[in-house]
Amino acid sequence: MSMDVLEPRTRPVRERQSKLSVVDCDIHPAAKSALELKPYMPQQWWEHLTTFGSGVRQNFSETLAYPRMQAEVSRVDAWPPSGGPPGSDLDFMRAQHLDPNNVERGILIPLRMNAGSQRNLAFGAALCRAINEWQIETWCRKEERLRGSIQVSADDVKFSVAEIERCAADPTYVQVLIPPRNLEPLGRERYWPIFEAAVAANRPIAMHVGGVSGSPAGAGTGTISYYVEEHQSLVQAMQAVLVSLVVEGVFERFPTLKIVMVEAGFAWLPALSWRLDTQWKRFKAEVPQLKRLPSEYIREHFWFTTQPIEEPERPEDLDRIIDWIGEDRIMFSTDYPHWDFDDPNYVFKTRMSETRRRKIFSENAKTLFNLRDA
Amino acid sequence: MVVADAGPRQQAKAGNSIFGHPAIDCDIHPAVPNTKALLPYFDDYWQEQLLTRGIDRLSFSMSSYPPNAPISARPDWRPKGARPGSDFDMLKSQALDAFGTRYAICNVLFGASALHSEDMAAVFSTALNEWLAREWLDRDPRLRASIVIPTESPDLAVEEIERRAADKRFVQILMLAMGDKPLGRRSFWPIYRAAEKYGLPIGVHAGGTYRQAPTSTGWPSYFLEDYVNLSGAFESQLLSLISEGVFAKFPDLKFVFAESGFCWLPAFMWRASKTWRGVRTEIPWVKRAPAEIIRDHIRVTIQPVDAPPDPAQLDMVIEQIGSDRMLMFSTDYPHWQFEGTDALPAPLAGDLARKVLHDNAMETYTRLREGR
Repeated sequence: MSMDVLEPRTRPVRERQSKLSVVDCDIHPAAKSALELKPYMPQQWWEHLTTFGSGVRQNFSETLAYPRMQAEVSRVDAWPPSGGPPGSDLDFMRAQHLDPNNVERGILIPLRMNAGSQRNLAFGAALCRAINEWQIETWCRKEERLRGSIQVSADDVKFSVAEIERCAADPTYVQVLIPPRNLEPLGRERYWPIFEAAVAANRPIAMHVGGVSGSPAGAGTGTISYYVEEHQSLVQAMQAVLVSLVVEGVFERFPTLKIVMVEAGFAWLPALSWRLDTQWKRFKAEVPQLKRLPSEYIREHFWFTTQPIEEPERPEDLDRIIDWIGEDRIMFSTDYPHWDFDDPNYVFKTRMSETRRRKIFSENAKTLFNLRDA
Repeated sequence: MVVADAGPRQQAKAGNSIFGHPAIDCDIHPAVPNTKALLPYFDDYWQEQLLTRGIDRLSFSMSSYPPNAPISARPDWRPKGARPGSDFDMLKSQALDAFGTRYAICNVLFGASALHSEDMAAVFSTALNEWLAREWLDRDPRLRASIVIPTESPDLAVEEIERRAADKRFVQILMLAMGDKPLGRRSFWPIYRAAEKYGLPIGVHAGGTYRQAPTSTGWPSYFLEDYVNLSGAFESQLLSLISEGVFAKFPDLKFVFAESGFCWLPAFMWRASKTWRGVRTEIPWVKRAPAEIIRDHIRVTIQPVDAPPDPAQLDMVIEQIGSDRMLMFSTDYPHWQFEGTDALPAPLAGDLARKVLHDNAMETYTRLREGR
């Protein structure tokens, strides 16, 4: 997003890289209006939606807790000429994003209406299911480059398991989508049946920053004031979720479980891993379920999407971070159509090897999501 | 790992620590042996309250530091049958003499500010500070202290700061990393106004009052999680302090993060500066990139180091922090963060070692320069 990346020095790189095909791991589709969901909702829940609407653990019912700096959190140029909110028009998405950015595969992550965080669990389940069907019918069936996510609601474990099983047969769904912030940290045992179902369905679990847990957005520090704070508080939430998954022993129980952290950046991972390893030595007696260094579980089980990519003061510092995490674990994402969109042509400020570039922009995602048929 | 070019005895003669430079330990923890020990420092009404309600027999250990957990005391720093940090002679020989420390700053972690009653939190703070002055500061000229305050009652906190301000051995105001509200919120500003007026930095120490879950996604199961997640709490506090404009309003104020770790700082600064560039019109009083503000106003004690296995990586982190003025020496006595006297990691050597051990603290704690 930053203006200072638009320097002439990057232009030659752009020319050279323009043929690179891209797998975009974070595209946000929107409905033109809630009416698009009606065909997929039982009458009872459609009436609930139109009568009572969304109910989540926060101040406002119809908008986010912190007003954004751009309407609909979106790029000002992402409003479709046909009307409707950004991300709601497939043709416009093709023309503005998929075609010019050489998106070979795009993974849809529906976020609207907080379907995974509803207080009324039965309503949340109906909403998740409707969104899952709508994604396929409205988007993936019409555009072969797009793939879907199985949206579930972590605090409704029974529904989540059933929905994963229901969707598993359709290869168009390439991952399970869980909000990272829930009533409790995700590693706790009450959530394990969801992990079991994901493993059985052979799908990674993706967590896109957000979710409405009811706990304040500050990391144990109370209710924050500004969007600028909230934007980065999402990182602290992801850190806490990662710590929970590792420390609770989830990966001892599910050795093939794969976790994708979406829109959290990744430069924070090495320091968090060092901290976890260092303190684990002190707290070993408390967590006998951990058989290995915490960082070993992290290296085996986590993938990270790039946006919003950290921009170190010395750009080459990011290369060192990628070295540490492993170039096999980083996957490109744009966050289209949101304001903090990362452009594939400008996202990296240093020149990287052809192998690394291919892995990050497409190969890693193709391997993880089994997109080899592409 | 230790940078020590001469033996302890030789160095001590020159006024130097075992690390070859004068040293100021910015985070040690004398402990209240038990609540009864504070009784003499309450007035008649409160003494009667404590006795009749049996409060003198209660422990106000913070949930964030279970006293018997390994992190709370190194085995050789744990007194038999007493609370770690409660034995003056042990602390004197182990925390002061052993390192050849010139000054050490006492951060007392007692649950005063975690009490829900504002009145009780205030009188406990007063008693703690009085106890600290009489039973610790009076007994060793190397000891300095942070003023314990009833954080959630800024008016009472300011009264307590004013009560201690004349005693120059109190060099800092102590707050916790997790409380009711983020520390940047304007209700805390009277505390910062008093801090600036009396030349007292704000020390923010690891731990919290547990008024709410220590993460933004509920309560974790394990103490290990809480301890690791504290870096996230410090990150949230930084965002709050910067975004609310604390440093625009109080340009001379410094915050010292104690027991926060510091390896998380570079990635945090990169992201904070990037986000600020994108949405800075929301907080127009923040005129500079967060990374620059952090380098000017935030100081961090070095323990725990949260060290990467490869010392070269620690070198890299220190370079990325991009300032030789931010880190300040600490042992975190009696918490178990290192073995022997390995308190200073190897990359902190030469000129940087002198700054970390001494100069940065002298610059930050103006009262250390004024003597007693």
